[in-house]
Amino acid sequence: MPYIPNTDADRAAMLAAIGVERIEDLFHDVPEEVRFPMLELPDPLSELEIQQELLMLSEVSIDLNHTACFLGAGAYRHFIPSVVDQLISRGEFYTAYTPYQPEISQGTLQAIFEYQSMICALTGMEAANASHYDGATAVAEAVITAFNVGRRKRKKAILSPMLHPQYRAVARTYTQGMGLTLIGDDDLSNGVDALAALCDGDTACVIVQNPDFLGQLYSPAEMQTLADAVHGCGALLVVAADPISLGLFAPPGDYGADIVVGEGQPLGNPISFGGPYLGFFACRKRYVRSVAGRIVGETVDTQGRRGFVLALSTREQHIRREKASSNICTNQALCALAAGVYLAAMGKRGLRQVAELCYHKAHYAAAEIAKLPGYEIMGDRPFFKEFVVRCPQPVDKMLRYLLDDWAILGGYELGRDYPELDDGLLVCVTEMNSREKIDELVEALAELGGPRQGGEVS
Amino acid sequence: MTEPLLYEISSPGRRGCRLPQPDVQREELPAGFLRDDLPLPEVSEMDLVRHYVHLSQLNHAVDTGFYPLGSCTMKYNPRVNEAISHLPGFTQLHPLQPPDTVQGALVLLYELQEFLGEISGFPGISLQPAAGAHGEMTGVLIMRKALYDRGETQRNVILVPDSAHGTNPATTTMSGLKVVQIASDAAGNVDLDALRVHLSDQVVGLMLTNPNTLGLFDEQVLEVTRLVHEAGGLVYGDGANLNAMLGICKPADLGFDVMHFNLHKTFGTPHGGGGPGAGPVGVTAELATFLPGPIVVEQEDEESPFLTWHVPEKSIGPVKSFYGNFGVLVRAYTYIRMLGAEGLRRVAENAVLNANYLLSRIRGVYPLPYDRTCMHEFVVEGRIEGAPDVRALDISKRLMDYGFHPPTNYFPLIVPEALMIEPTETESKETLDAFAEALLKIAEEAREDPELLHNAPHTTPLGRLDEVRASHPKTMRLCYTQEC
Repeated sequence: MPYIPNTDADRAAMLAAIGVERIEDLFHDVPEEVRFPMLELPDPLSELEIQQELLMLSEVSIDLNHTACFLGAGAYRHFIPSVVDQLISRGEFYTAYTPYQPEISQGTLQAIFEYQSMICALTGMEAANASHYDGATAVAEAVITAFNVGRRKRKKAILSPMLHPQYRAVARTYTQGMGLTLIGDDDLSNGVDALAALCDGDTACVIVQNPDFLGQLYSPAEMQTLADAVHGCGALLVVAADPISLGLFAPPGDYGADIVVGEGQPLGNPISFGGPYLGFFACRKRYVRSVAGRIVGETVDTQGRRGFVLALSTREQHIRREKASSNICTNQALCALAAGVYLAAMGKRGLRQVAELCYHKAHYAAAEIAKLPGYEIMGDRPFFKEFVVRCPQPVDKMLRYLLDDWAILGGYELGRDYPELDDGLLVCVTEMNSREKIDELVEALAELGGPRQGGEVS
Repeated sequence: MTEPLLYEISSPGRRGCRLPQPDVQREELPAGFLRDDLPLPEVSEMDLVRHYVHLSQLNHAVDTGFYPLGSCTMKYNPRVNEAISHLPGFTQLHPLQPPDTVQGALVLLYELQEFLGEISGFPGISLQPAAGAHGEMTGVLIMRKALYDRGETQRNVILVPDSAHGTNPATTTMSGLKVVQIASDAAGNVDLDALRVHLSDQVVGLMLTNPNTLGLFDEQVLEVTRLVHEAGGLVYGDGANLNAMLGICKPADLGFDVMHFNLHKTFGTPHGGGGPGAGPVGVTAELATFLPGPIVVEQEDEESPFLTWHVPEKSIGPVKSFYGNFGVLVRAYTYIRMLGAEGLRRVAENAVLNANYLLSRIRGVYPLPYDRTCMHEFVVEGRIEGAPDVRALDISKRLMDYGFHPPTNYFPLIVPEALMIEPTETESKETLDAFAEALLKIAEEAREDPELLHNAPHTTPLGRLDEVRASHPKTMRLCYTQEC
């Protein structure tokens, strides 16, 4: 039997030591009427067979190596240096568990401490945890943290309508039993000024995304104005950010954010059909005792040597039980390790270079598309790597044509989340998109141009 | 043995990765939006590799040695699962691609839903939750919403046995419900009288781990679930200990209404140093409409078989982005296909055999508060006759000197000085014997030279660490950079 080393002789010796005759005798506590059901599962396979079968199954899908991908909307294709997977694939990292025993877990603990350090550097914050399940759950935990900071008396969270729709939905799922109201995102015209105006003494936090779901950037000056208004109400400002953008643009810590969260997947983690990802979470040090999740701190051992341990565990479920700040046990340690290796491999200059590549290529694509008759780039804000194209034809039909005839994943259909933007196509361009492929997209879009310039999409 | 921090080996101008120049014209960067400095380390690729290889060498892991951490099921992580999960047809899929372009992935997810349904007896499965605690929250929110949907909005209490994992009460609070603790009886089962006292029309349900955290199968479980149902409540099954139940019984047959699976425990996916795991949730047919989605379904109006996404009608809402920890789900799928029904039953049998054998080797030396046939794990007291100053913590630390990861200690809370030991089915008799010998030797050492234990570990990279210092406001240091 695979992975079970016991031989028949071992089993016989072990049963004799236990004092029973058969393995079945060990299960006498299980009610007889439900004991030993037949499971209808496919027959077991050898490794050779499963490798062949699943290789074939994996090839049924059209993967991003065989398409040009301009689809982002919360999951991004970025370059991952080879060292990342090589290092996180060491069994000493990935077959260990949560570092409960620090004497034999310094590798994981120091790697998390370094990850926290780099997330603080990136966001301009003073503390970071070891990560959450993904960007959406990090946003939900930020709402709960703000709720706890406000001693559970402030019962309102204000969400920007330009916060990722999934982040807003997950925050609602998480808080449905807490008596909180999440408002502000029902009106697309709620910009930062309007969000500031909604803030009052009952508000726990205001959450905005920068760059927002449509890729638009908000200046440090206007964010600082929002932060001042939010703080004036005694609430916290939560900013969700694209970590790659922070290689280039001002960190939220510079403009008054209290909590900075985001989807950490772009940092060295494959796009992997939506997971596993990691949510990064950083905050001002004064809020750290209200934060959920693992946090690693520096300390010394009995001989005064530097070491690392899980810190502030009195916040956590295994100590506080029903009074814990969250039920979360784990982080996404291996994904955070990948993010740490990625950030160190890129370093100070490399991450900026990645961000600049995204910026230049996205602007090239937007400028070329803007030249096409029938197309328009929405808004006049600066943007990072995503932008909205207003299209002359129904977006779903255009996307189908791009895929079927050009093998291009053209972007995200905004009408799925914003009925007001049903002619909007969210296009994402990263360092992975070559000029040649961008030109192909432009050429394909040109074919689809305005009703008078091109043919109707059937 | 310590390793310098990345920031300490950083030198201005070093690079760990080279990137291409832009192949398009450079666009002017927006003035006033940019950051001044980015304080990340600067290291060469080789320094980076050595740094993380050195760090890895400071870890104990399943790959380096026995890891009997109770309730965590630290079994071997098959390498084929890694190989399959790295196939580009799985890693290079965008979650928002049209369903017809990702049928390979959807087939895998659909079949995994079916497999988990067959193993557990639950017809409704959502693969979305990312971890056990995440699955628990999902399950409790489903129970709450289902009862509220019936109009029973007065129900606001969750019953939790005193042996429960801390996530159970923490989850209850997160879901806006109150916790009432239920005592265990002398045999380690749920105390039926205590349960009856607390059952009422205020109760949403009971959260029960079975086998429980003592490693014992509740002998009255059918009566427990019947009583909760009779009071109009639902029963949540914490699937942490499903490794003992594969092919032994289906949790749905015991009267559970909801259960989460820990794929990183039961189905051999790696723990990753603390994640990513996966915590899918199974429910009865009646509760399936409340599951978080999207889940994979067959499209009915298509001629050829076609799979697509579906969000259940009364869903509690999504609990994370997209569909779950797909890379982990691929590994668990591979594991189930490698083992089949017979293999899974052998997993449970040998996990239980190994635990009972190990228990038989140390019985009489370490006090056993509930002396019954155990399931896949058991709990002894870390107290040794003739060594009154020695505690479970000392025994745990001393085990490291013998090359073993300690058991879970000080849990469950109802056993003083608890040592919770879970050997798993992937360990050999020789390993179990060596571990038992170490525990017996440590008991001798405790009587003869207790200081040896108090000062342990002696052979690890570092000695015991000052945990108070790490959390004290004056000495707390949570990151390297200056501001922290």
